[in-house]
Amino acid sequence: MKFGVTILFILTTFMSGCSSWGVQPWERNKLAEKKMQLEPAPLDSYLDAHIYYSKESSSGGAGVGGGGCGCN
Amino acid sequence: MRLISGFIISMLFVFSVHAAPSSSMPLNTKNGVIKLSDFKGQVIYLDFWASWCIPCRKSFPWMNEIQKRYGNKGFKVIAVNLDQEADKAKAFLDKIPANFTVAYDPEGVSATAYKVKGMPSSYLIDRTGKITFSHIGFRAKEIPAMEQKIKQLLKK
Repeated sequence: MKFGVTILFILTTFMSGCSSWGVQPWERNKLAEKKMQLEPAPLDSYLDAHIYYSKESSSGGAGVGGGGCGCN
Repeated sequence: MRLISGFIISMLFVFSVHAAPSSSMPLNTKNGVIKLSDFKGQVIYLDFWASWCIPCRKSFPWMNEIQKRYGNKGFKVIAVNLDQEADKAKAFLDKIPANFTVAYDPEGVSATAYKVKGMPSSYLIDRTGKITFSHIGFRAKEIPAMEQKIKQLLKK
């Protein structure tokens, strides 16, 4: 019986083990910097995507109006 | 029976990890340690901010203004900085001066106690020391509603 209580105590203690994982909202610090964003240079990737789509002749021009070649 | 009581005791242990917000929690400022209970009888606008938080930048001019406007009616803005690096907070305050109390909590102890879910987070505390309202973020269109709540609390 005593053994059971001890095991239960240990197990429930571990229950909170993973609850404090991850970054808290106030701990973002360096993660909030521009270079840490998924897309640090939005304009560059915008144009890259446009050129990629037009050269691959797949659908869509990723929203950039006119390539200057009259194609896409 | 003993198994059940053991379970209850260990569950209490699990949940006690998160401390509740307390008005006697010490907050470090440039002019020494303050507690929220020091300002009992006043309406407190408790704000959590950091230098990297973009909406926080916009909230400072507004907090300066409400402190000026309602300060003589028993209103106090306390902004807790949660930057890990003190020089970043200093650079922010050099650029955007604060005419209200700024506290520093690089460990985030107060933010943990208040369960801050986003930046900035603000809490309105009435004259009896009770948290009556909490808010996440700062948007210009939400200012009138917040000021309305402050005015209501000041009347009480």
